[in-house]
Amino acid sequence: MHNRDIGAFAWRALTGYTTRTVLMLIAMAIGVAAVVMLTALGEGARRYVAGQFASLGTNLIIVIPGRAETAGVSPSTLMGETPRDLTLDDAMALTRNYRVRRIAPLNIGSADASWKSRSREVTVFGTTHELLALRHWELAKGRFLPDTDIDIASPVCVIGTKIRDELFGAQPALGQWMRIGDRRFRVIGILGSEGRSIGVDVQEVVMIPVASAQQLFNTPSLFRILVEARTREAIEPVKTFILETLKERHQGEEDVTVITQDAVLATFDRIFTALTYAVGGIAAISLFVAGILIMNVMLVAVSQRTAEIGLLKALGAAPRQIVALFLAEAFLLSMLGAVLGLLLGELGSMIVRQMFPTLPAYPPGWATLTALLVALATGLLFSLLPARRAARLDPVLALSGR
Amino acid sequence: MAVIELRQVHRDFQVGDQTVHALDDVNLCIEAGDYVSIMGPSGSGKSTLLNLIGLLDRATRGQYLLNGEDVTTLSDIAQAEVRNRQIGFVFQAFHLVPRLTAAQNIELPMILAGVAKDIRDVRVNEALKALNLDSRAHHKPDQLSGGQRQRVAIARATIMQPKVLLADEPTGNLDRKSGQDVIDILESLNARGITLLIVTHDAEIGGRARRQVHMLDGRIETDQTSEVSHAQP
Ligand SMILES: Nc1ncnc2c1ncn2[C@@H]1O[C@H](COP(=O)(O)OP(=O)(O)O)[C@@H](O)[C@H]1O
Ligand SMILES: [Mg+2]
Repeated sequence: MHNRDIGAFAWRALTGYTTRTVLMLIAMAIGVAAVVMLTALGEGARRYVAGQFASLGTNLIIVIPGRAETAGVSPSTLMGETPRDLTLDDAMALTRNYRVRRIAPLNIGSADASWKSRSREVTVFGTTHELLALRHWELAKGRFLPDTDIDIASPVCVIGTKIRDELFGAQPALGQWMRIGDRRFRVIGILGSEGRSIGVDVQEVVMIPVASAQQLFNTPSLFRILVEARTREAIEPVKTFILETLKERHQGEEDVTVITQDAVLATFDRIFTALTYAVGGIAAISLFVAGILIMNVMLVAVSQRTAEIGLLKALGAAPRQIVALFLAEAFLLSMLGAVLGLLLGELGSMIVRQMFPTLPAYPPGWATLTALLVALATGLLFSLLPARRAARLDPVLALSGR
Repeated sequence: MAVIELRQVHRDFQVGDQTVHALDDVNLCIEAGDYVSIMGPSGSGKSTLLNLIGLLDRATRGQYLLNGEDVTTLSDIAQAEVRNRQIGFVFQAFHLVPRLTAAQNIELPMILAGVAKDIRDVRVNEALKALNLDSRAHHKPDQLSGGQRQRVAIARATIMQPKVLLADEPTGNLDRKSGQDVIDILESLNARGITLLIVTHDAEIGGRARRQVHMLDGRIETDQTSEVSHAQP
């Protein structure tokens, strides 16, 4: 017997009993669609959270002056010492490691900003051109801070969209000189991104070169140093490098705190992956239910078609040919059901994405593949018993319908 | 040489704590090309005998030689192969697969045997023509008359060109006219060399056979061979 003929025979059996076939297809499709959709939701939630973290910066390490209180009482605090400042030289020192992709020193302060008759108070970030890439920000217009040496104070600034709207209104802001504190800065870029950074709305921020900020606020110390490691694996070594370098530079005093967001991100990632597996697993139970349904229906099919099985035997069908015919039927059913389910699941995920655009509810590849395989496996497995029962039927009794 | 030879064949059925001797020491030798009718009252073991000859059933005791070869000890697979290639069945209830067309029903034994599609198509067409069923090729069984259904069944039984054709009450579900047609077809197949065994309780049909076997209570009661065949006009 040729495979094509087995397939054709099974296909005719399926199309010959439409109600049964449609019911089984629905059962199988629902199971597969459930797996696809639920894992899509889980994966979507995971990606959403990951995306939120990524918008803060990838492989980001933040250096803060001062020892975190959680470390306990250190001798320096006992002796009433204030922690040493973080300086631009400290920041420069942190670039000397191949695992560090980029660093951005950050100075922060508030000042009055004005243009012509309009003025308001703004948060000023003193930083370097690296901050843009490090924070995954985008420019709406113009350029970001120039790529010069870190200690060059140039009178340029990049402003957030709200500042532009409030100070410049409908007038073009680019190229204008505005006043910040007691100095004048030329607007060279407008930040397009939204969101918050260190609790500040980036649309309300004015960014100037870090050296300019040090002059403006008359302080040599930095508020933060942001460091981006090349890879996730590099984060820990870079952290150690930072601590050692700064300890060495600060006369053996470990007086900075280094925090990484990836640790938190990794935890969330694990939680959501586990969640996705869990809902996928729960949905997979419905596949087993579908499998049991298939078994039932196949058993009914075998008893309905007893005479046909007897006839096939009389015509010379060997037991394994009869098994093959019934398994082919189950295979076609599960395959069609699974494909239908995949389509349904994809459609459902698409509807979810349309309804909640922020949730990237794409079914993960492994889930789609697993759902397909589990559907096929259960379909075949649960049909094995009915098929073998058919193959073992006594032809004489089967033909007489007994 | 005898195509079918049964030696002291018994077939017992266990019904509750009773043993029914459906076949009780049957000895039968049928020559190739013979035309045999098996008659007897209901329950006398005619179908059991035919099923045994057709390898649908196994003897409880005794020996069965087909073409001189002992087939009682063959494996399931080997027996299936013998049924497929050497034996054709025609049943009272036709036993056509309801969802398949006439042509597809006739094709079935060749599909099981793994015959290539183009050869199958040619042979099915020939069979349809020979049995005057061309116009019914794509009809489902429920669109066919009883006589047509039995003709499809005969085409299916003979499509593998078996040596032996077994018919169990082939006219039982047919009116006189279609029954006569079916008998004519079977006899013409016999005339072309096939060994024909017909089980019937119709004395008129049974009387046409060259050899007439009468059964009673699982035994062969009489076994007559007439020199002149009534089958040929
Ligand atoms: N599967 C079976 N189980 C029990 N008894 C059976 C079975 N098949 C046939 N018989 C018995 O064997 C005897 C012969 O049956 P059968 O060959 O069908 O008779 P016939 O075809 O001559 O009417 C009957 O008594 C019948 O009841
Ligand atoms: Mg009978």
